Amino acid sequence: MFRGAPLRNPQWENYLFKRRVIVAALFSIALIAFVIIRLFFLQVVNHEHYTTLSRNNRVDIQPIAPTRGLIYDRNGVILAENQPTFSLEIVPERVDDMEATLTAIRELIAVSDSDMERFRQILLRKRRFEETPLRLRLSDEEVARIAVNRYRLPGVEIKSRLARDYPLGALLAHTLGYVGRIDERELQQLDTSNYAATAHIGKTGVEKTYENELHGKVGYQQVETNARGRVLRVLERTPPVPGRNLHLNIDVRLQQAAQAALGNEHGALVAIDPSDGAVLALVSLPSFDPNLFVNGIDSASYDALANSKEQPLFNRALNGQYPPGSTIKPLYGLLGLESGEIRPDTQIWDEGFYVLKGDERRYRDWKKEGHGWVDLNKSIVESCDVYYYELALTLGIDRMSDFMRAFGFGRPTGVDLTGESSGLMPSREWKRRVHRQPWFPGETLITGIGQGFTLTTPLQLASSIATLARFGRHLSPNVVAALEESGSGVRTPLPARELPPVRIVDNNNWQRIHRAMTAVVHSPTGTARSINRNLAYTVAGKTGTAQVFGIKQDEEYVAEDIAKHLRDHALFVAFAPTDRPRIAVAVIVENGGGGGAVAAPIARKVMDTYLLDGEGRLREDLK
Amino acid sequence: MILLDAPQQSRRSLLPHLHLDWPLFTGLLLLAAGGLAVLYSASGESNEMVLRQVTRLSVAFLLMFVFAQITPDTLRRWTPLVFGSGLLLLLAVLVMGEIGKGAQRWLDLGVFRFQPSEMMKMAVPLMVAWYLAETPLPPPLRRILIGVVIFLVPALLIAKQPDLGTALLILSAGAFVLLFAGLPWRLVSFTALLAVPATLILWHYGMHDYQRRRVLTFLNPESDPLGSGYHIIQSTIAIGSGGLYGKGWLNGTQSHLEFLPERHTDFIFAVIGEEFGLLGILLLLALYLFIILRCLYIASRAQDTFTRLLGGGLTMTFLVYVFVNIGMVTGLLPVVGVPLPLVSYGGSSMVTLMASFGMLMSIHTHRKLLKT
Repeated sequence: MFRGAPLRNPQWENYLFKRRVIVAALFSIALIAFVIIRLFFLQVVNHEHYTTLSRNNRVDIQPIAPTRGLIYDRNGVILAENQPTFSLEIVPERVDDMEATLTAIRELIAVSDSDMERFRQILLRKRRFEETPLRLRLSDEEVARIAVNRYRLPGVEIKSRLARDYPLGALLAHTLGYVGRIDERELQQLDTSNYAATAHIGKTGVEKTYENELHGKVGYQQVETNARGRVLRVLERTPPVPGRNLHLNIDVRLQQAAQAALGNEHGALVAIDPSDGAVLALVSLPSFDPNLFVNGIDSASYDALANSKEQPLFNRALNGQYPPGSTIKPLYGLLGLESGEIRPDTQIWDEGFYVLKGDERRYRDWKKEGHGWVDLNKSIVESCDVYYYELALTLGIDRMSDFMRAFGFGRPTGVDLTGESSGLMPSREWKRRVHRQPWFPGETLITGIGQGFTLTTPLQLASSIATLARFGRHLSPNVVAALEESGSGVRTPLPARELPPVRIVDNNNWQRIHRAMTAVVHSPTGTARSINRNLAYTVAGKTGTAQVFGIKQDEEYVAEDIAKHLRDHALFVAFAPTDRPRIAVAVIVENGGGGGAVAAPIARKVMDTYLLDGEGRLREDLK
Repeated sequence: MILLDAPQQSRRSLLPHLHLDWPLFTGLLLLAAGGLAVLYSASGESNEMVLRQVTRLSVAFLLMFVFAQITPDTLRRWTPLVFGSGLLLLLAVLVMGEIGKGAQRWLDLGVFRFQPSEMMKMAVPLMVAWYLAETPLPPPLRRILIGVVIFLVPALLIAKQPDLGTALLILSAGAFVLLFAGLPWRLVSFTALLAVPATLILWHYGMHDYQRRRVLTFLNPESDPLGSGYHIIQSTIAIGSGGLYGKGWLNGTQSHLEFLPERHTDFIFAVIGEEFGLLGILLLLALYLFIILRCLYIASRAQDTFTRLLGGGLTMTFLVYVFVNIGMVTGLLPVVGVPLPLVSYGGSSMVTLMASFGMLMSIHTHRKLLKT
């Protein structure tokens, strides 16, 4: 301790104090120096780092959605476009009382509970200054109602955005598909940066299959924002690249004609140009309005569509699996010739039924009294069943199965639409695997007339007929003809894919089958003779009737006695003109009855529409 | 060097009778002028705010002038009364706070609101200096202990308000007077050792939740980037992005786009750092250092123990102001509400500070002939 002097010693006190002042001065300098060192680190050493942070603070990158590509038919008719629609959006930070605002809005315009639910979910994800959509597709009246009440609805805005529109509605719903809001599952698979500003994605059909081409590339703008995230100005802009336009092979005229011809029937029609595999028409009835799905369908409407017995959402052309019935007889006939098991003049006796050795069961012909002596030509023209029972037994399921698979049965056609079904071409191996049973000869018999296990989609059927018309050249059906760059208009054609062809050693065998099929329509005994009146061109066709309802051995099939939904499906396949095929058609009319009577006239109308000019003559450009 | 010039009493003019210390006065004036320029930018170019600050500065400078006229002897005579009434007012505020259930710092006198804690910023160094000046320096242990009690009681009362920033300033004001009085270094180091357990006790029993959170946030700002850590993160970004030369006056994005909170009050230093860079800050620090060293010179030239201790204490309080504010804004210290003296927008602390400078000028200009 200091030994304090009892008396004041001014010099000593002054000396002591001055020493402390010097310490204080040094201390002050040290503290200031300490601060300077810290600032040196902040402002010089780590300057870059903080500059980046400062820039990130104020500069926000905002994505700009690209415009979705348009879709045209083969003649340039627009099938899918983007229309401005008005939506009601809310900026949460500018709303004082969210509940009161929502109540006020619901008094002005209709907002469904599902809209409310979705709004609340989006609200949790978005920042408070971002617009959150509450209702989409406002009508003009709704826009007006909100507009006049805006003064008491702060933070509520009417926004205009582009929405997908399908001007032809239900006509092409199953081909084009539709776009809908991106859901959680899709979000996980998407390139989220490219979809940063996109709300909709193709859900089915062409819209889904060609999503990448249609979507385009996202654009960005760098904006300066304040601390609350409000945009103050745009610093830099990278415009989005619009999606590519699609030109389809579909001919709207043909599509309309097919739909009109089918009328109120349920069923499907597929028309393909055999020369290039182009899908000219793809009809599935009944259909639905795809516009309902674009901005989210309300659950009542959806339930009505999804649970309807008529199944309008079901794409029968791609996913309907029907027994092909007699429509595949020409192919088995071709296989018989090619395998050498029959010659064109080989005849069998048909007494109206066939009995397998060691089996009591009678395999009946559709014609109760039988066709008498039948050769290959007659078997196709009159669609004799017994002929094909015997032929099938001779060929065996293994050869039949392999040959039919080569024609595209039992596997996807490779069409450029997602989600097609593969149908079913049975085989020994398949039966062992699926049913854990051996193959029975009786099953070979009924396979020979296109019944039993065999299932085919209308698209497969049309594709196989096109392949038959092409002498075995096998192309995958092709819906989209070309991509078009939206800016430059440069078109990239998308030709059909070549598949392994069906090889037939003797080319005359093709001709024989074509001739027989032509006689189906043009001979007085042909099952489709009803459509040959005033034909300006030759048609090669084959009728078919597919059993839905199994009748017992001793029962008669009487259409009137059977409920409509259990009646036979009517089928018809055809290509025309016979010598230079330009259209191949497959028609299925569900529970329609006989193929010749019901399905063939529909095919004729479609072929007429496509092949004839205004004066009812064959179009020059198709000759 | 003007820092060390002697008062020129021989000149025949009115100037000496104003009792102003011209170097100190010039320094303060420069600081205030620079501060106004920064405030204009930090307030988002608000003429209204700048004008209000000009009014406050005028009042503060006027008060400085008034205090410069009061002789040290008068000051000394009034010291016990000022301190005593200040203490009573503090108690009154505390009691009213108890009744009002919440933080209470103000005393509403109808015409204007009065903060007793501000008054104590002057009263505490006055009182400690007054008490220690009664006996020869260095003070004996008993006097040291009583001196500690003199500043600890108001400091604790203010901490209870709770106003940690002011409590800290008062604590350091008293402590610095003790140090100037010749507090033995051994005792200083002993106290420093004692500070460790004292801090722990304070942490567990003496702090409010929000104060604890502030300290924790200071230690790791990233732990709560949108909450209390936001201030520190944004101010370091502002300063760091300013670099050597700054973004230019009115061009600071952190402040003008409102990322920086409290930008015109406690965090105005970050605006200087952002807009004027390290060079601007060095200029500011040089000005502050000049004022501090000039004041220390004044204290060292003081003629008696009371004025010496008072001068030293007031000067170091000013230093603590500067250091705590800059330390807080640059992330060296936890966030305590201490303004940047003479630059931050706001009145009460500026008024007491300028009164202190008035006292220092009085000390320097009222000189007696020394008995030999």
